[in-house]
Amino acid sequence: MDIRELVERIKKISKKEINIMEFCGTHTHEIFRYGIRQLLPENIHLLSGPGCPVCVTSEEDIDYIIELAQNYDLSIITFGDLVNVPGNNGSLNYLRAKGKEVIVVYSPLESINIAKQNPNKKYLLIGIGFETTAPNLAFTLIKAKEENIKNLYFLSLHKLTPPAMKAILDMGEIKIDGIIGPGHVSTIIGRKGWEGLFNEYKIPFVIMGFKPEEILYGIYHLVKIIEEEKPALINAYEKSVKEEGNKSALEYMYKVFKKGSASWRGLGIIEDSGLILNETFEEFDIRKIYPQKTKSIKLKNNYCRCGEVLRGVIKPTDCPLFGKSCTPESPKGPCMVSSEGTCSAYYLYGGE
Amino acid sequence: MCLGVPLKVVEIRENNTALVDMGGPTLEISTIFTPEVKVGDYVLVHAGFSISILSEEEASDIFSALEEIEK
Ligand code: SF4
Repeated sequence: MDIRELVERIKKISKKEINIMEFCGTHTHEIFRYGIRQLLPENIHLLSGPGCPVCVTSEEDIDYIIELAQNYDLSIITFGDLVNVPGNNGSLNYLRAKGKEVIVVYSPLESINIAKQNPNKKYLLIGIGFETTAPNLAFTLIKAKEENIKNLYFLSLHKLTPPAMKAILDMGEIKIDGIIGPGHVSTIIGRKGWEGLFNEYKIPFVIMGFKPEEILYGIYHLVKIIEEEKPALINAYEKSVKEEGNKSALEYMYKVFKKGSASWRGLGIIEDSGLILNETFEEFDIRKIYPQKTKSIKLKNNYCRCGEVLRGVIKPTDCPLFGKSCTPESPKGPCMVSSEGTCSAYYLYGGE
Repeated sequence: MCLGVPLKVVEIRENNTALVDMGGPTLEISTIFTPEVKVGDYVLVHAGFSISILSEEEASDIFSALEEIEK
């Protein structure tokens, strides 16, 4: 059986007009790359949710990083795309232009060597990402503490995915009939990690892998339980996702972090949707050492509609800047910055 | 960030690290969250850490599973 046959089977069982939302930047990207939207029957509408960690970083968090770097002479260590995400006063690239050091790493562990080799400098490591990267940062901080590193501080922008999905369902701006569960996040939190959400909303939910046949297989499952009105929480990515998730990674994560509120672009402040450092790691916590001074002023209207894109309310092509003044080369908003962003996927692979 | 990639382990090193094949160059990753990893395993790598060992079953299993749910 090949892709075409899977598509045929979906067509055979799919009758209703349905909206299904994917929550993972990799799914957004792969669905476009393989042209899965075009393969599916017209009554199945795929929406992209807030599953790109860079895209959901709020303006005020970017402003805070810029404030810190300027006022306290800190060098910034972070991950790829974050440097291009605009805040109210520019992006981290603005810091670079002002002569500040902004180092991009692949693994957060690199920050330990950087700090050790430059004992006279002070570094701020920015942790960003969902449940998939938080354990890595947790492990890095445990090592930094063991090695008694004093010139490395930490800012957690880590976010948890189930609360954001709950926020979108609560907003009720769009009808969502089923959810494509994020395969990587679920690898960490397990099928179990979604039980709370599922029990509360009884929304059809299928965790999927990332190959085209894995996505279509998952969509088949999802369409089937929607059509039969038998909502279920299904793991269709058993290759990587266990019932309990990755217990070791979760243990590390909660050794270092606890839940706290977080600010999401497009969704606002969501209680218990972020990870903040617990008391044992306070010595690293930049929010405790140099709390944010300038409270965020409302973003000057720059016409970016990324917030609505992240909630699945509009398509990137509904944004007047899309493809005109906003492109991956000169992004006007975070949804175009990251390759996981919905606007950049639309731009690279063409919208519907 | 959320872009995890499946990579093949080519060498197990000390202190919970391993080398993975990047189609030519190799990359050192931390295996602290998947301590049971062996040479030849495919692991899902996120920002320098393996977060799971992918089980062997191939795509064909998807289809037999599909037959199951169709019953
Ligand atoms: S196209 Fe650009 S400006 Fe428009 S919503 Fe997307 S990121 Fe924002």
